[in-house]
Amino acid sequence: MFRLSLLTFLSALLVWSPLGAKTIDVGATYTHKHPAQAIASANNGDVIILHKGTYVVKNLLINKSIILKGENQPVLDAQMKDFGITITASKVTVDGITIKNSARASMTDYAGIQAIKASHLTLKNNILINTYFGLHLAGIDSSLIENNTLTGNAPDDARSGNGIHLWQCNAISIRKNKISGHRDGIYFEFARFCHISQNISEKNFRYGLHFMFSDNDIYTNNIFRNNGTGVAVMYTKGIRMTGNIFADNWGSSAYGILLKDIGDSYITGNTFINNTVGIFMEGSSRINVTGNSFQNNGWALKLLANCAQDTFIRNKFNGNTFDVSTNGTVTLNYFKHNYWDKYTGYDLNRDGIGDIPYRPVSLYATIIEQMPYAVMLLRSFAVDLLDKAEKNIPSLTPDQLKDDSPLMKSPVQ
Amino acid sequence: MIEVKALTKNFGKLRVLKGVNISFHKGEVVSVIGPNGSGKTTLIKSILGMVIPDSGEILLDGKSINGQWKYRSKIGYMPQIGRYPDNMKIGQVFSMMRDLRTDATAPDESVLNSYKLPSLFDKTMRTLSGGTRQKVSAALAFLFNPDILILDEPTAGLDPLASEILKQHILEAKSQGKCILITSHIMSEVDELADRIVYMMDGEVAFDKTIKQIKEETGEERLGRAIANLMKTEHHA
Amino acid sequence: MLKVTKYVIYDIVRNRVLIAYTLFLLLIATSLFNMEEDPSKAIISLMSIVMIMVPLISIVFATTYFFNSYEFIELLVAQPLKRSTILLGEYIGVALSLSFAFLAGIGIPILLFDATATGFVLILSGTLLTLVFISLAFLSSVITRDKAKGIGTSLMLWFYFSIIYDALILMLLFTFSDYPLEQAMIPIASLNPIDLGRIVIMLKLDISALMGYTGALFKNFFGNAMGIFYTCGIMFIWIIVPLLCSIKVFNGKNL
Repeated sequence: MFRLSLLTFLSALLVWSPLGAKTIDVGATYTHKHPAQAIASANNGDVIILHKGTYVVKNLLINKSIILKGENQPVLDAQMKDFGITITASKVTVDGITIKNSARASMTDYAGIQAIKASHLTLKNNILINTYFGLHLAGIDSSLIENNTLTGNAPDDARSGNGIHLWQCNAISIRKNKISGHRDGIYFEFARFCHISQNISEKNFRYGLHFMFSDNDIYTNNIFRNNGTGVAVMYTKGIRMTGNIFADNWGSSAYGILLKDIGDSYITGNTFINNTVGIFMEGSSRINVTGNSFQNNGWALKLLANCAQDTFIRNKFNGNTFDVSTNGTVTLNYFKHNYWDKYTGYDLNRDGIGDIPYRPVSLYATIIEQMPYAVMLLRSFAVDLLDKAEKNIPSLTPDQLKDDSPLMKSPVQ
Repeated sequence: MIEVKALTKNFGKLRVLKGVNISFHKGEVVSVIGPNGSGKTTLIKSILGMVIPDSGEILLDGKSINGQWKYRSKIGYMPQIGRYPDNMKIGQVFSMMRDLRTDATAPDESVLNSYKLPSLFDKTMRTLSGGTRQKVSAALAFLFNPDILILDEPTAGLDPLASEILKQHILEAKSQGKCILITSHIMSEVDELADRIVYMMDGEVAFDKTIKQIKEETGEERLGRAIANLMKTEHHA
Repeated sequence: MLKVTKYVIYDIVRNRVLIAYTLFLLLIATSLFNMEEDPSKAIISLMSIVMIMVPLISIVFATTYFFNSYEFIELLVAQPLKRSTILLGEYIGVALSLSFAFLAGIGIPILLFDATATGFVLILSGTLLTLVFISLAFLSSVITRDKAKGIGTSLMLWFYFSIIYDALILMLLFTFSDYPLEQAMIPIASLNPIDLGRIVIMLKLDISALMGYTGALFKNFFGNAMGIFYTCGIMFIWIIVPLLCSIKVFNGKNL
């Protein structure tokens, strides 16, 4: 009994604190017809309930620590003239609101919701339709972006902004959002210690995920699918990517994921499926690629010669046209215990590990790097003969790039 | 009925026919004779359209056969060596030919029956002796009641009785007004059957005379000797 | 024509080589599907075998059959039948029989184990290659009277299309690697039916990799149904042209 009353008290405290906070209703039948009026008359900690209806806004400014909550998904329409909402105060919540038709311009990053230099924001359950940028956060700390749906209608790459755009942010949690039709689905620049999980970013013009200088972020269980050029991440260290799916990225510069100057990171348990290139690595070092599944990609891995000390362990390579290709003859990376479907070796002692090494770089993959049009001869009998000869006596392919202990059975599904 | 005009044919450097002119008429049996390699078979195959001549033409009832194929329904051909699909049975060969010859009128099965071939219908072609094959060929040549019969060495390989039967059929065909062309090496047979002899030599017609003329000119009763005499005079002429 | 075909088929179905060919394909296909856990991988192995074996068997079988049925052809030529009718009838008969053997030997296992788009394209490509190589077999059969020479020509053609041609292309690419060869590649591939047959399958199997090419021509070719239509169209030319040539030669041939 005592425990229950304590809980009631605490939750009451949570709702009503700080002391004296009030609820303001906004709607056609209420005193306040427009959210701007309500914000003007609100104090920090007040809750503004926005009732169902469409409200024309011209950059609705939230400069107080309030909760703006939509009842039955009210609509804020910026009529292609300005921002939807701009948040300049901390401890603001925007919940359950549809924001549409932000302005578009090349000089200003108009957005559905813009937040500047604040912390402890919660943006959740919002629907953004036809906004230039979706959520544009600059200088924000310790905030939650959850369960928002962002649908851009931009006609092309040049006239579209990013879905979730973070600049100079820390400790942002981005969860369960759905982003499509933008330039980049999720874009980070100097966003650190962020946690990105269970988002779906698809059909964006450029990248599903694009970041640079954004150290120590964690990406788990996201889906990046069918984006113009996949995922590209650069100039960053200390990333963990686990359980993500990178799929259906086709094109001459489309990658499941492009890693450029990435260091000290983990890529674990992800699935790369139906991409022109699964992972493209350039100037990336000390990356631990473990337990991933590469399926039906053109190239599972393109590993440029300026990558070093990367380890590839217990990954599954299945149904890829080429497993690995590289542009040099030396390699300083390490392959061990991977499953290669093209491995034709044997396991006499039955320990599950092939007795002869597997060389994932085929001669033909090397030839194609230099003469792309030779792709026409792919799987030709003559080419197969060449590949077989080269596998036995490597001359053009990097001698050291091999898996000395390939697995006979796949370690992952 | 058939007119061969200035027919030439070369196989590579070998000149097989060097401007041959002959005509064949209804109701006569013409025997084309001559040494091996004189061009007899090539002439016959040209008439059948199996060999395409280099120049000259062949008219059948006044129409050139060049590039034509329908005229062949008027011809029954018995090859020197009858070759048939090995896997087929005799009966199947006949039913196939009937099936293929949609143009044919009422079949003439007299030869077929004279040789009692229906009793052998279940035998495969592969197992047949040369003589039985010849019987099949002969029966096929007569089967569609053609206006023209071209018989290449018809009795070679046939036993005497079978030869006799065939000769009877040839004479009967002649009496029906058919045009019959026979090549043969057997002079007694030629004497018996032919009205006219075309002697071929090195791709040319050495002479083209009726048997009566030949015998009169040479004064020989035996055809073989008569022809030998004739060749001597032709050569020295 | 179809009557000729009827008797060709009637003769061919009892041919031991044809039955052996069907069983051989059936054996290979079923054992591949049973050995590989992943049917798509079995398809890849099957493709390599189909690309080599089907042209070889088709061309050698058709050439041999043509010479073995010379008697039958001679018999027909003396009949009131057009020569083109005889040859086309023969072609259709051999084509139907070998296609049937291929469909039974490869098609049935594919339908049972991996009835995917890739599987269907493999069936299509194998059937077209069968028809092309019978066409080529007829051409090499009519240009000579000598059986050994005919089979020799057929084997040379097979060897040329399955190995020599690709090796030459590879050398060509090495030699002219500095030149923009993109435009040339599709015509070059079109000059070899085996390459075309393989490319149609690649359009299904390796589309992820093929989409990585920068050239607009490639992308248009690989990216849509055009690729398949184009290849099928060229394959038909590969069937028709040698066949028409062999009819032309056959029409003027002395038997």
